[in-house]
Amino acid sequence: MPRLQARARLGPGEAVSDPERRGFLATAAAALAGVVIAPGIRLIEIAGARAPEEAASARVRWGMLIDTAKCASGCTECVKACNEENGLHGAGRPRTDAQWIRKIDLKDPRTGRQHSAPVMCQHCAEPPCVDVCPTGASFKRADGIVLVDKHTCIGCRYCVMACPYKARSFIHENLSEQKPAVPRGKGTVEGCTLCVHKVDRGDGTTACAQACKAAGHEAIVFGDLNDPQSAVSRRLREIPSIHLRADLRLDTGVRYSGI
Amino acid sequence: MATVIHRELQAAGWRFWGPLLAIGAVIAAGFAAFVHMETQGHWVTGMDNQIVWGLPHVFAVFLIVAASGALNVASVASVFGRVAYKPLAPLSALAAIALLAGGLAILVADLGRPDRLVVAMTHFNFKSIFALNMFLYNGFFALVAVYLWFMMERRMNAWSGAAGLAAFVWRIVLTTGTGSIFGFLAAREAYDSALLGPAFVVYSLAYGTAAFLVVLDLSWRWAGRAAHAETLARIGRLLAIFTAASLYMTAAFHLAKLYVTRSHGVEDFLLASGGVYPVLFWLGQVGLGGALPLALLYSRRTGGTRAGVIGAAVLVILGGLAQMYVTIIGAQAWSQPIFPGWQEQSSFFDGEVHPYAPSGWELLLGLGGVALAAALIATGLKALPLLPDEPCTASSSPQPTSPPARPR
Repeated sequence: MPRLQARARLGPGEAVSDPERRGFLATAAAALAGVVIAPGIRLIEIAGARAPEEAASARVRWGMLIDTAKCASGCTECVKACNEENGLHGAGRPRTDAQWIRKIDLKDPRTGRQHSAPVMCQHCAEPPCVDVCPTGASFKRADGIVLVDKHTCIGCRYCVMACPYKARSFIHENLSEQKPAVPRGKGTVEGCTLCVHKVDRGDGTTACAQACKAAGHEAIVFGDLNDPQSAVSRRLREIPSIHLRADLRLDTGVRYSGI
Repeated sequence: MATVIHRELQAAGWRFWGPLLAIGAVIAAGFAAFVHMETQGHWVTGMDNQIVWGLPHVFAVFLIVAASGALNVASVASVFGRVAYKPLAPLSALAAIALLAGGLAILVADLGRPDRLVVAMTHFNFKSIFALNMFLYNGFFALVAVYLWFMMERRMNAWSGAAGLAAFVWRIVLTTGTGSIFGFLAAREAYDSALLGPAFVVYSLAYGTAAFLVVLDLSWRWAGRAAHAETLARIGRLLAIFTAASLYMTAAFHLAKLYVTRSHGVEDFLLASGGVYPVLFWLGQVGLGGALPLALLYSRRTGGTRAGVIGAAVLVILGGLAQMYVTIIGAQAWSQPIFPGWQEQSSFFDGEVHPYAPSGWELLLGLGGVALAAALIATGLKALPLLPDEPCTASSSPQPTSPPARPR
C-alpha cells in the first residue's frame, strides 16, 4: 500500500502528485478542446473565413460578377439590402445622401437596346482613390477589398475626384443609428466595403448578392477570384465579362457580363 | 543706384485700424461660415456628392497659385539680376507667404475633418500629389521666410541671391504640383493632361504679378504715398507678357484636348454648350482676364498709367478666378462616363450635367481666406520695414511713362 502511505503523509491542502490521473485529465482536456474548437476551425475552413487575429491574405481576391442579362430593370433589392446592412439612412437630400450601390439604367443610343446594372466600388487592384489619398486613409487590403480608415480620413474628397466609378460618397451631415459593424462619420468619405464585416465572419457573401438571389435573379455572384473552384470563377470561365472603364487598366474586382 | 530705405507702414490711428477692422470683419465672417459648415456638415453648402470641390477651392487654388507668382518680382531681382525690382523684393516675398497662408487656410477650413490636420501632417502617402504638396507648401513658407530674412538682414545679404534662386526653383515645382492635382486625375475627362502642371506655372506668373501689383498699389495708398508710375509700368510690362503666355497655354491645352476625339464632348461643354462655364471661359478667362488687360497694358493711352496697370491687374485676377471656376467646377459638372457609348441614368445622377450653385457660406469662407492674406500683409507692413521709400516719391516720376511696344 505505498500509495495510501504516501497519501497519509500529506498535510491538509496539499495536492496529490498522481501521474496516471494527470495523464487522464490532459487527455480529457484535449478531447474537450477538440470537441469545442475543431468544429469552429472546420467552419472557418469551410466558409473561407479567417480568425480575427489573422491578417487578410493575398491568397484570396474577393470579387463579383454582375450578369446584366439577369439584372431586372426596376428591381432595387440589392440597393435596399445594402442600405439595410450598412445602416445607410438618407437625410432626404438625394444630392448629398450617400449611395454605396445604385442601379444604372443603360440605353444604346443607336439601337435602343437597354440594360440595367448595379454599380458600386469596383475594388480595383490599382485603385486611384488609394493613389491620391494624402494620409493613406484609403487603402486596399491584401484580399483586394478597398476600404477607408475612418480614423485617418480628413475629408479632403480627393478620392471622390479620382474615382472613375462615382463609387464614393462624402458624409454631409451628422449621423445617427449606425450599425456597430459599419463605422461611419460626418466629414469623412465612404463607399462599398464588399460587406467586409460579413466576409470576415465567414458569411461567404454580401448583402446585395444575397438579396439578388432571394429575389430570384442571381445577377450578382460573389466569391474568391483566386479560387478556380469558386462559383464566381466558374461563371467567369463560362461567360464573357468586362471591367468597367477597362481603358484605365485598374484591374477591377467587379466584372460585368451581358454588355 | 542709391541705397533705398525701407520703412514700416507709417499709418496710425483710424487710418491704420480702419482698414484692419474691415479686414478683421471679413475674417470673422469667414470663420463664422467655417464653424457653420463644420457643425452642420457640408449639406449647407452648394457642394454635394457630384460637385465635391466648390467655390472655396476656387479661392484656395487661386490664392495658392497666385502666391508662387507673387514672388516673381523678387525672383526677377535676385535670379535674373534686374536691380530695378530689388527694392520691391521684400514686399514680394511677404505677399507670397501671405497669399499661400490664405489659400491653405481655406483648404483646411473646408476639410470634412479639419480637426485632423495633425493626421494630415503625420500620415503621408507619398504617391499622393496632395501629400507631396504639403511638403512643397511648408517648404515654400520656410524658403521664402529665409529669403526675406537674408534680404533684410545686412549681414546675410550676400546669401539672398542663393536663397532667391532656391525659392524660385521651389515655386516652379510647387505650382507644377498644384496643377498636377488636377492633371493626374485620369477619371475626369476635363483633366487627364500633363499640360495642366506647366499651365498652372504660367497662370501663376500672371495671377501672382497681378496680385502683387494690387498689393503694392494698396500699400502705397495706405502709406499715403503717390503711386510710382514708372515702377507700375515696369511691372505692367511683365504682366502683359505673362498674360499673353497664359492665353497661349489655355489655347494649347484646349487645342490638344480637341484633337482627341473622346474629349470632344467635354470640350464642347466647357467651351460652347455648358451654360455658365463657356460664359466664364470666353468672357471671364479669355476676354476680361486676357484680351482686355493686354489691350489696357499695350494701349498708348493707358499702358503706362496707374489706372491702366492696376485696372489690368484687377482684370487678370477676375479672369484667374473665372479660370479656376471653369477648371475646378466645370470639370466636375460634366458627367463621368462609366459605360462609354451608353446613355446612363441613375438615382446618383449618372449621365447628367451636375448643377452647382455656390452658397453664401462658401463665398464668405473664400473671402475670409483673402482677408487673412490681407491681414498678414498688413501686419508685415506695420511690423517690418518692407515699403521702399526711394522709388515711391511722387517727384521721382510724376508723369506716366510710355507704354510697352505694341506687338506686331
